[in-house]
Amino acid sequence: MARIDLVDLAHSYGGRDAPEESFALKPVTMTWRQGGAYALLGPSGCGKTTLLNLISGIVAPTHGKILFDGVDITQQSTEKRNIAQVFQFPVIYDTMTVGQNLAFPLKNRRVPKPEIEKRVAEIARLLDLTPDLNRRATRMTADAKQKISLGRGLVRPDVAAVLFDEPLTVIDPELKWQLRSKLKALHRDLDLTMIYVTHDQTEALTFADTVVVMHDGRVVQSGTPAELFEKPAHTFVGYFIGSPGMNIVPAEVKGREARIDGHVIALNRSYDTLPAGAKIEIGVRPEFVELVPPAPGLLSTNIERIDDLGRVRFARVRIGDTKLAARVPSGFSSSDSTAALKFDPAHIHVYADSRLVEGAA
Amino acid sequence: MRKTLNNRAWLMVAPVMIVVLFSALLPVMTVVNYSVQDAMAENHFFWNGDSWFRELLDPSTEIGSRFSGALERNLIFSFVVLLIEVPLGVALSLTLPRRGWAVGPSLVLIALPMLIPWNVVGTMWQIFARADIGLFGATLTGLGLHYNDTQDPVSAWFTILLIDVWHWTPLVILLSYAGLRAIPDAFYQAARIDAARRWSVFINIELPKLQRVLVLAILLRFMQSFMIYTEPFVVTGGGPGNATTFLSIDLVKIALGQVDLGSAAAMSLVYYLITITLCWIFFTAMTQLDLLKEA
Amino acid sequence: MSVSLDHVTRDIDGVPAIRDVSLTLDRGTLSVLLGPTLSGKTSIMRLLAGLDKPTTGRVLVDGKDVTGLDVRRRSVAMVYQQFINYPSLTVYENIASPLRVQRKPKAEIEKRVAEAARLLRLEPYLKRTPLQLSGGQQQRTAIARALVKGADLVLLDEPLANLDYKLREELRAELPRIFEASGAIFVYATTEPTEALLLGGNTICMWEGQVLQVGNTSGVYRHPETMRVAQVFSDPPLNIVGIEKKNGSVQYAGGISAPASGLYAGLADGAYRVGFRAHQLEIANGQAGRHAFAATVTVTEITGSESFVHLHRDASNWVAVLHGVHEFEPGQQLDAVLDPDNVFVFDAADRLVASPGSA
Repeated sequence: MARIDLVDLAHSYGGRDAPEESFALKPVTMTWRQGGAYALLGPSGCGKTTLLNLISGIVAPTHGKILFDGVDITQQSTEKRNIAQVFQFPVIYDTMTVGQNLAFPLKNRRVPKPEIEKRVAEIARLLDLTPDLNRRATRMTADAKQKISLGRGLVRPDVAAVLFDEPLTVIDPELKWQLRSKLKALHRDLDLTMIYVTHDQTEALTFADTVVVMHDGRVVQSGTPAELFEKPAHTFVGYFIGSPGMNIVPAEVKGREARIDGHVIALNRSYDTLPAGAKIEIGVRPEFVELVPPAPGLLSTNIERIDDLGRVRFARVRIGDTKLAARVPSGFSSSDSTAALKFDPAHIHVYADSRLVEGAA
Repeated sequence: MRKTLNNRAWLMVAPVMIVVLFSALLPVMTVVNYSVQDAMAENHFFWNGDSWFRELLDPSTEIGSRFSGALERNLIFSFVVLLIEVPLGVALSLTLPRRGWAVGPSLVLIALPMLIPWNVVGTMWQIFARADIGLFGATLTGLGLHYNDTQDPVSAWFTILLIDVWHWTPLVILLSYAGLRAIPDAFYQAARIDAARRWSVFINIELPKLQRVLVLAILLRFMQSFMIYTEPFVVTGGGPGNATTFLSIDLVKIALGQVDLGSAAAMSLVYYLITITLCWIFFTAMTQLDLLKEA
Repeated sequence: MSVSLDHVTRDIDGVPAIRDVSLTLDRGTLSVLLGPTLSGKTSIMRLLAGLDKPTTGRVLVDGKDVTGLDVRRRSVAMVYQQFINYPSLTVYENIASPLRVQRKPKAEIEKRVAEAARLLRLEPYLKRTPLQLSGGQQQRTAIARALVKGADLVLLDEPLANLDYKLREELRAELPRIFEASGAIFVYATTEPTEALLLGGNTICMWEGQVLQVGNTSGVYRHPETMRVAQVFSDPPLNIVGIEKKNGSVQYAGGISAPASGLYAGLADGAYRVGFRAHQLEIANGQAGRHAFAATVTVTEITGSESFVHLHRDASNWVAVLHGVHEFEPGQQLDAVLDPDNVFVFDAADRLVASPGSA
């Protein structure tokens, strides 16, 4: 179990002197508490795998430090770091049975045999692998193999953190949610720090208590799933979390009003001091923009398309050059593709240069 | 209801078929023909039925004993060759760099012995191994070792084996290297995390993943070594005595030396069938192994 | 132009992959082949394209039998799950390749490639090679290449399955526009009901090599003819509970009784199975209605916009969906409530007898 501190950690594959803009991981300082379940979420190339490799020790950072429980382990090799890693595809030793696979890390550390047997039995029970202990590991299904990979990490009693690198990639969709629930249950039972890298928002939001959203090498926001959904700190988070993503619309904001295309929309908070010259946008989720029949005083728009998702309908509309999605209440229909938009002020956020601005109450 | 596609494509293959017919099928049919005849001088053939074959397979006859002797030598040779080249090739492939600028040059250097024409290899080594003026031969005798590849059967075998190892281990090295390169990094990373030692990594990760490549390497090396001809012919001529007379060499002696076309033809057919059978066994073992693994 | 399959079957290694399928697809339509993996979607597409020949039955184009006709002679284009592009050619050349094979004049090639690139928003990338593109861009290149041919039949086999979910979302939003602009017959295979709903058009619902139902997507979604269709066309999986109607009340498997109101009112007495999708199940805490079931939470899946609550009740596993982020603790007890006006009722032969809005 470990508290992990990242102190001004950054990495460039081009060496120490490369310009900061080209860094694969831009400087980040964070603390991950012991026993937490963290997800690193972001699109391909956002730096999440680099960060994971820095923590596991496969890559040594060009800048900054990593501390486990306050001890600087930045220069320590992977073997000494007491971490376990589960990779994208199952990594098992072909020549061994399931039980031998699980025992392998303990054998290499010269743990006495009776202790090894005890630990293996315990971990096998936790992972529902007990009936298969004597089977050849190569004969198992992909999800069982991933469990074996995980088991090899858990079997060491001193393991500080378990790192997952998109572990459900090769698992059949029907089995994915089973394995996900298993991971969550394990986290609860074992009080281990778990760090999970993924580009899939469902995996991240279901698994983690804290989700770290990354984009272009930077940590953009770190918070609980609810925080990320309801109050994205960056327009990227608004776009990336939630399906469909948040609507981002350029607007003029003054006081308690936002102006889009000449139309006034009421806001819940007051914004008096916005940075001059910044790009001002408002962000509001499609669920909180309602499509209504055209009416004076409401922002009018043209409906390009209505998507019927069964449980909800979304309309794709346009205001000027900006595309928006809006919720279509049941029973609504438009004969001539014109409609108006009703915004819920409680869920409108204001962004300056893509960063959230806190208004005054 | 299966209609074949464009039948005209078969016409394109016709020229190749004709060439194959003349260069391969007709000669083989001729050999089969000879094998059941007794050829006396030019073009006088007497039907001999299967008597050549019977003589061949009976070790008490002259030709039979030559055949079984040569066959024995071939089998021993191939066995020893595999025993040396496969482990050596795998071991050497582990030392080759897998990243960086050195990869290209290393591979080229390793491959060089394979690129030399076989009879040039033979000639090179013939001089190299001469006990009097050859660099290798003279050094060994200079060190006090009893070495003479033209007079001492042990030295002759040693030399032939050495030539083959020098010439063909690179094939095993390259195949094995390709197999190693195909192993994803994650396996090595996991082994580090599991605190596995180098030997353990080799036995538990590298060797199992090299299985398919190794079977291929063994098959190729077996086939080639079983058919060996040029190098022993050039270096020792099959000698001293018949110490290094392999099947191919004997065959040529009988066919061209003694112009005993009938028994030579029979021998070549039997040789061919043995090679094919052993390869088939290998191939079946390979595919069965695959099927068992998938199950 | 229309394409039809006439009582087509196909056996692979003696195992029937397609059983007696007859379909007609008309010009300018989009048909979604919806079904789980191995239900026969790819086999049907390959039969439509001419890559495979049916074991029995015929393939017709505009009424003409083309069953023996090789795919190269047909006007077909196909897009696969794996982004298949020529790795050594630029995006421009990739898109142009079918036209070069057809030996079209240079001016025409330039015009058509430019149009396809504009439609698929690839203009900034025309000089790059596929390996320099992201997954979404590579797939767009493959789609552009399929469209530029002007083929009468364009087949897409789960083209978005290998993309990040956000890329999938984006590309999916653009596909309907692209399809309409083209005017060919489009056939799109997918395992996800959401994609079928987003694409619209017609849906061909498949299961184990057979076509279960064909119709307007929204129609098939709202009126699945059998329980099997409802199951195929639900994500998350359809929740099912058995009921017995007798003397004006219904008894649910597991013991809950309630008056036979709503859709139950018009049913004859007997045993039925009730199917309901995740959004038709409500979570109530405390104030339960009559059709309420005590259930235990097993896990909550959060996707951001929605939270899927997995429940366990009377040896069945159900899923409910809530908007936004909600976390329920595994093991927590709560009440799951059904609205008798908002369920699908299937009779003993699994045929639909009542659906929301039909009473």
